Amino acid sequence: MEPGPLADLRVIDLTHYIAGPYCTKLLADYGADVVKVERPTGDPCRTLGPFPGDQPDPEKSGLFLYLNTNKRGVVLDLKSERGKEALRRLVATADLVVESFRPGVLDRLGFGFQALQAIKPGIGLVSISNFGQSGPYRDYKATDLTLFAMGGEMYSMGVPDRPPVQQGPLVALVQAGAAAADAALALVFSSRFQGEGQHADVAIMEAHAAGVDRRAQCIVAYSFSGLVNYRVPGFGAGFPGGAYPCQDGYFHLSGGAAHWNRIVRMVGEPEFLEDPKWTTPTAQNDPALKEEFDAFFFGWVMERTQVECWAAGQAAHVLCAPLYTTADIYGDPVLRERGAWQVVEHPLAGTHEYPGRPFIMPRSPWEIRRPAPRWGEHTAEVLGEVGFKPDEITGMTSPGTR
Amino acid sequence: MAKLPLEGVRIVDLTVVWAGPFATQILGDLGAEVIKLENPHVWQTYTRGIRARPPKAMLDGALPIFGGYPDGEPGDRPWNRPPTFIHLYRNKKSVAVDLRKDWGKEFLRRLVAISDVVYENNVPETLEKLGVTYEWLKSIKPDIIFVRVPAFGLAGAYRNYRALGVHIEGVTSHTRYRGYTDMDPSANTDIYAADYLAGAQGAFAVMAALLHRRRTGEGQLVEIPQSENALAMLAFPLMDYAINRRVRDRVGNRSILGHAPQGVYPCAGEDRWIAISCTSDAEWSGLCRTLGHGEWAGDPRFATMAGRCEHHGTLDELIAAETRGHEMRALTERLQAAGVPAGPVLDARDAMEDPHLRARGFFYRVPHEDIGEREWPGFLFQLSSTPLSCRQPPVRMGEHSAYVYKELLGYSDEEYRRLEEAGEITMDFDPSVP
Repeated sequence: MEPGPLADLRVIDLTHYIAGPYCTKLLADYGADVVKVERPTGDPCRTLGPFPGDQPDPEKSGLFLYLNTNKRGVVLDLKSERGKEALRRLVATADLVVESFRPGVLDRLGFGFQALQAIKPGIGLVSISNFGQSGPYRDYKATDLTLFAMGGEMYSMGVPDRPPVQQGPLVALVQAGAAAADAALALVFSSRFQGEGQHADVAIMEAHAAGVDRRAQCIVAYSFSGLVNYRVPGFGAGFPGGAYPCQDGYFHLSGGAAHWNRIVRMVGEPEFLEDPKWTTPTAQNDPALKEEFDAFFFGWVMERTQVECWAAGQAAHVLCAPLYTTADIYGDPVLRERGAWQVVEHPLAGTHEYPGRPFIMPRSPWEIRRPAPRWGEHTAEVLGEVGFKPDEITGMTSPGTR
Repeated sequence: MAKLPLEGVRIVDLTVVWAGPFATQILGDLGAEVIKLENPHVWQTYTRGIRARPPKAMLDGALPIFGGYPDGEPGDRPWNRPPTFIHLYRNKKSVAVDLRKDWGKEFLRRLVAISDVVYENNVPETLEKLGVTYEWLKSIKPDIIFVRVPAFGLAGAYRNYRALGVHIEGVTSHTRYRGYTDMDPSANTDIYAADYLAGAQGAFAVMAALLHRRRTGEGQLVEIPQSENALAMLAFPLMDYAINRRVRDRVGNRSILGHAPQGVYPCAGEDRWIAISCTSDAEWSGLCRTLGHGEWAGDPRFATMAGRCEHHGTLDELIAAETRGHEMRALTERLQAAGVPAGPVLDARDAMEDPHLRARGFFYRVPHEDIGEREWPGFLFQLSSTPLSCRQPPVRMGEHSAYVYKELLGYSDEEYRRLEEAGEITMDFDPSVP
């Protein structure tokens, strides 16, 4: 097997929870040697689950297992002098440090950007935080819900008389982690080819405010027109649009406004749709026409399963999809055959099918080389590599301090 | 002056809609030269607008995200003005070329020969019909990196299935996993979370492939199947299914992690809301104190996280009755002072006026030939020595044709003039496009 594209990259991972670990997971899964430094109490992600049978166990959190594949795990108390010495030696061997402490903590620990440059000139530092390293909200506390409320386009999600409603829980944090991974590789380019180590400030709020899922667009629209996007069911982009119930689930489609002819073809070109009234410039904004069409269309979808609707729509080039459940997506034969899932064995958590590669690079493939590290699993191995003797390590990493 | 990270990298941009342009915009922001190829005779719906020349009535009837053109007017060149798309063309160059014609194919051959990356996110058959395959690109430039972002993959039964981000959401189970718990999923607003991930991870893939090429001299074909790419964001419910065979239901604004109370509550004013999350007992008592109800903290029903989850409906009513009287930003400040995660639900205007984003210099202002001088939302992140900036305002269709044809590819003035006279090099879409 060819090594991953980042096989010559060594990363010190001081992140925890979700966004930071997703960033370093991407680096690790594409080959980087990522040394995950956990505090003596462990990454809090170990407490998040989902757990087998809902029995909490720090070695069996599904989220932790997914987010930390291919990393080597070291436990260090960075408040102790020995912990700091170990981190100094690790940094001296690395290309990149990624951290997600509260702003200011890394400086207080003595490992701010300047301090890192003194240890390893040219090293890059990615700082991931809720609101960034500066500004009035710097020290605000947050969760994925509050971050998406502030940074994302949540205001226009939902129906008018109800509170805005968020996207899938935790999605916002994974998205921000992917943005941080872009910053991480950008810093590798700066360090290696432009001759300069840089500090990237990744604010999760900004990673959403600049993001492509409607937020930047809505800000631009406001800047252009003074209009604020608002909540309507189905996003209001013509008909048929949005999710329709069908025989065994739901069928989602868009395209009425843009490609009416495809919709007509999908439903078998019935005669009543030949009337020119369906194709006037304002037809798609006409509630009476929508009602007339829906009366027909509800009958059409209810005669079909979601997969049958999907196939009929695709045959007519309609942009559409079934609304799969988690069980449906795991069971989909096409994704399964393509290798969307990856079996990962873990000595304590067991063997499970994880979501697999985000993209395919044949010459330098994504690969699971090892499962998520057990707590302190690689402390002795990694510290041994930077010159600590076995007796020096024992005292530092006793699991009893947990 | 230090160089931007990707200075010296040239990218041929054949992207459409959002997922592709978002990726190449990140690369452009980081310093790559991104050259967007645009065909003035073909309208790519959802790329420079729903229609090339939308009537004003159509804009007026649409949601602001689609219809909010500058001052509500389509203008002379509407394709340079749609809020839904145009901001994705910052830090890119645009050249007019028709790849369906032999001379257009020759143009592409010459451009690929001096480029590092070709990036596209069309239905797979689209480029193949044009004869643009990895084999062909490699025959021109052996170490080319070709990134393709199909909805469901380059192989498999769904190969040529069409999808926007919202359909990826449907297939990956995101749509069933979000929304109000007491309403049908058909009440869900269309969103495009998968476009975000495809864009961010697409830029990552390009940089990873460039690093591989630096080390080995090899280019490669990179395939980003969006439906598989997007699974990462659903790690929690997917791992729950993998481990427990449990299908997670929607939780609305509540916490999937069992933290309570969590929700979006009404504030003073019209359609004003605050998001509040209590992830610990300390944050819960901070919420009680701030809302003037210290006695809630002592109520045995609410004493533990499990109890608060069990009585979440009751808590929501109690909290909403109090938050109604408060202004969302003032209440946020007081809750934060008490150590409670909380934040206002910011609409587009609030975001643009947000003191934090302002203080951090998130927005930038640039003049634009077809839009005027406006403020725009900024960057995914910032860098210390080479701050990301708008070096090229959101590009107009065909704005850099002279530079690309003549300066980069060495077309003669005569050849260029001939293509102009034939209506091939132009800054206007053909009147025949919809």
